[in-house]
Amino acid sequence: MAEILTAPAPTTTISWREGAPIENNKCPTGELEKRWTRHKDSLRLVAPHNKRKLEVIVVGAGLAGASAAATLGELGYQVKVFVYHNSPRRAHSIAAQGGINAAKNYRNDGDSIWRLFYDTIKGGDFRARESNVYRLAEVSVKIIDHCVAQGIPFAREYGGYLDTRSFGGAQLMRTFYARGQTGQQLLLGAYTALQRQVAQGNVQVYYNYEVVDIVVEEGRVRGIIVRNLITGELHRVAGHAVVLGTGGYGNAYYLSTNAKLSNATAIWRAHRRGAYFANPSFVQIHPTCIPQSGEYQSKLTLMSESLRNDGRVWVPRTPGDKRRPQDIPESERWYYLEEWYPSFGNLVPRDIASRAAKRVCDMGYGVGPTGRAVYLDFSDAIKRLGREVIYQRYGNLFEMYEEITGESPWETPMRIYPAVHYTMGGLWVDYNLMTNIEGLYAIGEANFSDHGANRLGASALMQGLADGYFILPYTIGDYLATQLFVKLSTDTAAFADAEKDTQKRIERILSTKGTHTVDEFHRELGKILWDHCGLARNAQGLTQAYHQIHELQERFWKEVLVPGTGQEFNQNLEKALRVADFLELAKLMVVDAYHREESCGCHLREEHQTEEGEALRNDEKYAYVAAWEWAGEKEPPTLHKEPLKFEFVKPTVRSYK
Amino acid sequence: MEAKTVSPPVGWLHTTVGRKVVMALTGLFLITFLVVHLAGNLLLLRDDGGAAFNAYAEFMSTNPFIRVLEILLFAGFVVHIYQGLYFIFRERRGRPKGYARNDASANTNIFSRTMRISALVILIFLIVHLRHFFVEHRFLGSPLTMYESCKLAFENPWYSGFYVVSMVLLAFHLAHGFYSSFQTLGLIVNRRIERVIQWAGAAFAFLVPLGFAIIPLYFLLQTF
Amino acid sequence: MSKPMRFTLKIWRQKNAQEPGHFETYEIDGISPDASFLEMLDVLNEKLIKEGKDPVAFDHDCREGICGSCGMFINGRAHGPLPNITTCRLYMRHFRDGETIVIEPFRAKPFPVIKDLVVDRSALDRIIQTGGYISVNAGSAPDANAIPIPKPVADRAFDYATCIGCGACVAACKNASAMLFTAAKVSHLALLPQGQPERRERVKKMVAQMDAEGFGHCSNTGACAVECPAKIPLTAIAQLQRDFIWANLTPDPYVR
Repeated sequence: MAEILTAPAPTTTISWREGAPIENNKCPTGELEKRWTRHKDSLRLVAPHNKRKLEVIVVGAGLAGASAAATLGELGYQVKVFVYHNSPRRAHSIAAQGGINAAKNYRNDGDSIWRLFYDTIKGGDFRARESNVYRLAEVSVKIIDHCVAQGIPFAREYGGYLDTRSFGGAQLMRTFYARGQTGQQLLLGAYTALQRQVAQGNVQVYYNYEVVDIVVEEGRVRGIIVRNLITGELHRVAGHAVVLGTGGYGNAYYLSTNAKLSNATAIWRAHRRGAYFANPSFVQIHPTCIPQSGEYQSKLTLMSESLRNDGRVWVPRTPGDKRRPQDIPESERWYYLEEWYPSFGNLVPRDIASRAAKRVCDMGYGVGPTGRAVYLDFSDAIKRLGREVIYQRYGNLFEMYEEITGESPWETPMRIYPAVHYTMGGLWVDYNLMTNIEGLYAIGEANFSDHGANRLGASALMQGLADGYFILPYTIGDYLATQLFVKLSTDTAAFADAEKDTQKRIERILSTKGTHTVDEFHRELGKILWDHCGLARNAQGLTQAYHQIHELQERFWKEVLVPGTGQEFNQNLEKALRVADFLELAKLMVVDAYHREESCGCHLREEHQTEEGEALRNDEKYAYVAAWEWAGEKEPPTLHKEPLKFEFVKPTVRSYK
Repeated sequence: MEAKTVSPPVGWLHTTVGRKVVMALTGLFLITFLVVHLAGNLLLLRDDGGAAFNAYAEFMSTNPFIRVLEILLFAGFVVHIYQGLYFIFRERRGRPKGYARNDASANTNIFSRTMRISALVILIFLIVHLRHFFVEHRFLGSPLTMYESCKLAFENPWYSGFYVVSMVLLAFHLAHGFYSSFQTLGLIVNRRIERVIQWAGAAFAFLVPLGFAIIPLYFLLQTF
Repeated sequence: MSKPMRFTLKIWRQKNAQEPGHFETYEIDGISPDASFLEMLDVLNEKLIKEGKDPVAFDHDCREGICGSCGMFINGRAHGPLPNITTCRLYMRHFRDGETIVIEPFRAKPFPVIKDLVVDRSALDRIIQTGGYISVNAGSAPDANAIPIPKPVADRAFDYATCIGCGACVAACKNASAMLFTAAKVSHLALLPQGQPERRERVKKMVAQMDAEGFGHCSNTGACAVECPAKIPLTAIAQLQRDFIWANLTPDPYVR
């Protein structure tokens, strides 16, 4: 069945095998509007007295994990939650700013489930499943109801009713928000719901535990191996089902807007145990972030995209111009966005703006100490509208910028640069959110399911909570109903193997005692991915990246320097284990980007674009989900294609003109 | 770490929040007493050889209503001091190991930081004060009138000095205590009320101890 | 661009919860004034690792001031010398070149040290467990607009709901009181109509748990609000006091 497409060669060339296509994704058929309801009605149920006998492991307590664990607890399952944080409230969902979409149509502006569905599928450049996306739009309505009942202080109008605002990719005002901290408020809602279940004894939360392996027996999940981060001990945990809500892998790029601890270990280990990894190269890059100011920089901070409404983007016409920006005369400024895209100007979509910034910096026009930034200038807007108006609109953002950079946007233009923000790719799941490993589920950013090749703003929170509160709790019962008489045991060969594997990995990392710190490798990996598998990709660059990552990986295992032992609180060991997995994942990202010879959404292959730099999708050849199977360390991965059928919407060209 | 269930109806007074309420209520009660006491004391400044003051002292020590209040007042002191001592001894419990460097002046005012010291000085003052005037006259049958007692004491620069210093510390105590009581009773519901209470507290903390301190100084200055 | 800076760091080192700790002094050079405090510690750790020494353990995650992980006591103050800020949002330009910086863990009995600057703050979660929520199961909620909530009420509730659970209030308080943390949650829910059914019980249980964990008493010094990165106002504490007194002094009208 498996056939090698490219010539068999050393492991440093990009190659893959093509496996059987995925036939059954469990998506229901028939009328789109009735699919989820009908599907729910067809799922098996577990009686209340039996639910108590079933143990579910939830990994991660972000929006998806916490909401799923709380809801499973409410239903009466025995739930164990594992978090590597010192509290479930610290998950990175907390940092989401903008808002959450829902097809409530409170504005009376013609919103509907269909429209939210359509916007999402189009925003994803027609690389997501119709059934999943429609369901997401459908349950979005209930999320807002539930969150309000939990006491989440959403923004309101003076009449006391909920306020909404508009957001990118939609012509409707359907985004609910709680100042600039919507993610925080929603997460705290899920977190407190989780704590309530803890108090009731349905859920146990294990703090400071990191999942280091997934235990699979004959295609069925049996449990996980966790490492107690305080003592370093490894534990075997058995469960009737395992739910991964471990977020995305944007940190593979080292610098991103993700939290520092966010990592891919749980999903990558699941992948190595047989779970398919879908569309790994689909990574969203956000155009307006505060740029890197030096080598020491550890992360990038997002600035609201709304700034581009009034700011003008430019670079000096002379590369390397060292004058202060305010001293550069108008005639020597290059407003490249206005020049390249006269009709949209500074308001071109996210991906175009991001790519253009990279292009001018590559050409040597970048500004700031690193030369990797462009100016976002408000002086015209201040002159035109006055300080007061600009303060009303952007005051808090200006303050945040000044706090971080020490420069006042009132006096000197802001410096901005794109940064990795979100990963649309993730573990492949069927309509029930189950991976191809029986009983192993992936929810939230950890799965690939709903955003196709590009995610719309305010949709990540929607998806996380939809999965956790209103989808997984139904679909998991269908599987658990078959597990009632399964006795849990950690005393099996599969558990012993997994534990031993981890033990070996840890020992190997600790005994290497090389010359370079983990961060040095991570920074290097980030740079390779950013340069070649970031905003724009091409075959040559990807091939080069693959070689470089391979080399880096070999050096990592020879030269990494991790102090301390495995029997203590050792943050560098944690980091090393995560980076080791990022190195492997990065190769798969590159393979995926290389194999997809089209441009779609975030994925711009330079070979496949119009003369103006627009993405050229190839629906004939690439209208599928690329689900990759791990074939071993020395073997190229196997590609399983899940064809995407569009029965209700017609894929069109996304035009910016 | 199971939470103890609080047994009704007074169990809640044993929580840290309940104790705080007791502290605030007794504190406010003592604050009202200070006003009454000061009003009486100011009679000492009348140039009538102590006639008015003595009459007032006589009234205060014989009127049955005042005698009942006196017991209440005494109880107020005892409870306030008891809770205060409880908190002082409890203070370290929340943080057995302190900071090597603690820049408390950056986030608190000097009055709240010195509550323990001011409390201690006021307690010593109270004991000396009661011994000198209250016990001497009520129980030991002093041959002097109250006015003579005061005059004698205040003409002593040591006693007057001690008195004035104590009043400064009383001012410190009130500067935080006044505001704190209102906060503890949950009465400071917004910024505006907070400002009003802070102003009122500052004025009270300045004027009342000043009023008390003027009296010994008045007597002392007359000796020169 | 700007001149690199030099610092002397006095950092609390403690191997684990059992062993006693001590201060170590480190010299560090070439720090950009635009580096964050945590990035300065990253640089120190890289250096320590290369010298074969044990790097300093500290909590951190989002590095944009919202996750509440990065608690440490810097030069005598929770989260360092600026008010209302987290350590990750503190930049080296706020220090003098050549300055000696003393770094200690948050200290409180309920916050035992795990290693170096890392402390266990799960006591705060246990306070929430006793009542910091509205008991509603997924699926049972009415339409979101069924209960209008006046905008000022929602805004005020938000002011309290914005707590990031970092524990700076406890660290800054001279009594190590968790009052501002507890009050923020009590006040958030007390203001909303959804929070009313459990309001009396919530405040009683949360106060009881706060005491059981061993946090100190509140003496209204206000240090917490000065250091709180979420700017939770002291009116939260007044609200808790009010609710607590009311819940204990007034008879529960629903008890038979």
